[in-house]
Amino acid sequence: MAIRDRLSGNEAVATAMRQINPDVMGAFPITPSTEIPQYFSSYVANGLVDTEFVAVESEHSAMSTCIAAEAAGARAITATSSCGMALMWELLYVASSSRLPVTMALVNRALTGPININNDHSDSMGARDAGWIQIYSETNQEAYDNFIQAMPIGENKEVRLPVMVCQDGFITSHAIENMELIEDEKVRAFVGEYEPENYLLKKENPMAVGPYGISAYYMEFKKQQAEAMKNAKKVILDVAAEFEELTGRKYGFFEEFMMEDAETAVVIIGSSAGTGKAAVDMLRQQGKKAGLIKIRVFRPFPMEELAEALSHVKAVAVMDKAESFSAAGGPLFAEARSALYDLEDRPKTINYVYGLGGRDITVEDFEHIFEEIFRIAESGNTGEVYRHIGQREADETRKDVEYKRYQLENNNWRWQSNGL
Amino acid sequence: MVYNFKEEMEKPERLAGGHRLCAGCGASIAVRGVLRALEPEDRAVVTNATSCLEVSTYLYPYTAYEDSYIHSAFENAAATCGGVETAYRVLKKKGKIKENFKFITFGGDGGTYDIGLQSLSGAMERGHDMVYVCYDNEAYMNTGIQRSSATPRFADATTTPVGSRSYGKIQNKKNLTEIIAAHNVPYAAQTTFMGNFKDLHEKSRKAIYTEGPCFLNILSPCPRGWRYEMENLAEICQLAVDTCVWPLYEIEEGVWKLNYEPKKKVPLEEFLKKQGRFKHMFAKGNEWMIEDAQKYVDDQWERLLKKCK
Ligand SMILES: Cc1ncc(C[n+]2csc(CCOP(=O)(O)OP(=O)(O)O)c2C)c(N)n1
Ligand code: SF4
Repeated sequence: MAIRDRLSGNEAVATAMRQINPDVMGAFPITPSTEIPQYFSSYVANGLVDTEFVAVESEHSAMSTCIAAEAAGARAITATSSCGMALMWELLYVASSSRLPVTMALVNRALTGPININNDHSDSMGARDAGWIQIYSETNQEAYDNFIQAMPIGENKEVRLPVMVCQDGFITSHAIENMELIEDEKVRAFVGEYEPENYLLKKENPMAVGPYGISAYYMEFKKQQAEAMKNAKKVILDVAAEFEELTGRKYGFFEEFMMEDAETAVVIIGSSAGTGKAAVDMLRQQGKKAGLIKIRVFRPFPMEELAEALSHVKAVAVMDKAESFSAAGGPLFAEARSALYDLEDRPKTINYVYGLGGRDITVEDFEHIFEEIFRIAESGNTGEVYRHIGQREADETRKDVEYKRYQLENNNWRWQSNGL
Repeated sequence: MVYNFKEEMEKPERLAGGHRLCAGCGASIAVRGVLRALEPEDRAVVTNATSCLEVSTYLYPYTAYEDSYIHSAFENAAATCGGVETAYRVLKKKGKIKENFKFITFGGDGGTYDIGLQSLSGAMERGHDMVYVCYDNEAYMNTGIQRSSATPRFADATTTPVGSRSYGKIQNKKNLTEIIAAHNVPYAAQTTFMGNFKDLHEKSRKAIYTEGPCFLNILSPCPRGWRYEMENLAEICQLAVDTCVWPLYEIEEGVWKLNYEPKKKVPLEEFLKKQGRFKHMFAKGNEWMIEDAQKYVDDQWERLLKKCK
């Protein structure tokens, strides 16, 4: 019988980690992921896991520790956010190119400039080309479920890639939700043992890791990584199917919400999908055929599947919780619109950058967005493609939505900064 | 155990020939010397920072190491070694491996004194059972002889070039061995290539077979960067020690010990004049440089003697 509990997103992931009982955790604190290693070290302190917990002096060393431990034949995990991941950036590439399936719990937070502790996706999106599998979670339940699926995916022999399981800082990491946990033994059986064929500590077969890869070889390394990412697609679905058998909870590359007969749709990642769904529900009550797609797997990117799911829609708004400063739209937009290109009869597509640095997105915002795409569906006229929503405008007439709550947000800053 | 040069030299090499380091490179002598101190039956995992050594010894698909080896990046060799050692402890505890392994890291001075110092300090503080070896060639050789914080004052390096308004590097060399000793590690020592390699061998052995984080700083001349004739390597090392530029000492459980006291301290000039990087110090009007450098060496030496009393 599944166990009912009420946990924050951080505690949910820490619980998954405890149930998996990995060999090594390398960690360094950063808000909002700090609690994960804190919870985990209490499990270590109380003998609930056999893990060696290495409290390193930086995230750079946390990732270095994980890479080395994984190469040595151990299963290694870490947790981080924002600048912490940015400090690991160089090594994210080392992990993926060395084909070491390290697992990272990433609690998404805005990247500095100015410093901000709240949620957006600029950290993971910045690392989207680092060769890591990226799985995003809407709720605490999903963060937990995704983390349990991460190792069977990353460690699969056809894949061997590191995996980051992302959830939204504060929104899920600190909010307590009712959830269902799987029994410890079942998690352990599901995740299994890490059994690499070759590793540094294998007596009969010394091994070298991390060569100087000159031009005569480098490209083959990269091609193989690209192939592994393609292979990951099937493995992700296989693992999800097994997971469904275990729990009854169904996962795919993305979730389709009211998409069957949708005329317009929003494509989004993470916790804001919940707000989007509420807006879709409202619109449906008014008889409007609105739908939503929540991307779960961003790397590998489910190109054909997404195109198929949107093929009957007339207009789409792709929502980015990260800037990419391309002057042409956010990262999800670039990929989603490219996916649609192959459709004979492709929907009109616009982009909204939203929620940067923890700026709220509301049901009213989504109503406004749907109004826009219904209008586009009708007129066939897209207008400005690259849009931002929810920010103050210097020019009052160009405001997308009225905001009267800034003063309140300013007053709440102390409450928000429980550490930078 | 009595040191027997011939016996040691007959041990099978753990760094195979055929690597691509320059002929006469101090780095390869350091690595071979340290690895020779391993008991033949003991296994090791070697970690390496990005450097001349790394790009020359593990060029895909060839590795020059007989032992397992890992390179990850420039600044994280200590953390990497710590990660392997941690995995070893946990896998051993879980009964997944039975053999004994030793963990040895090699980093150049750039990867150790500079960019890797944080990771090194962290690993030393956490107490991983490992040896960190810095082969100190006093500059970033792999990228073309740029100054590091290990480069001595007045040296002509490509980012401290001698010019009409420059006399080479302005700052003195950082004393890394002392910095590591301040971590209260069980063993830290300085050595170089002297005579029959007894000093290098004994210190390597102690470092490898002392439990906890140990540190070796090995002055490893680079004929290209220092600009001397390859065959003068042994003489340069001897002069570094006899001029007291590079004293041989060790700190064992907090006790400082001088391992070599020159019978007669040789004037610094003798060391400097053998190397192209100090050539400008001998130009007319630059006598003050040699005086300054000599005074610095003398002061450092006196301070060290006090610590070793
Ligand atoms: C983060 C980073 N910065 C810079 C470099 C370029 N780089 C590679 S090796 C090296 C110098 C190595 O110098 P040192 O550690 O003294 O070793 P040596 O080459 O002298 O043996 C530099 C600057 C790098 N690989 N990574
Ligand atoms: S440049 Fe210097 S340090 Fe580099 S391989 Fe040659 S001799 Fe060795």
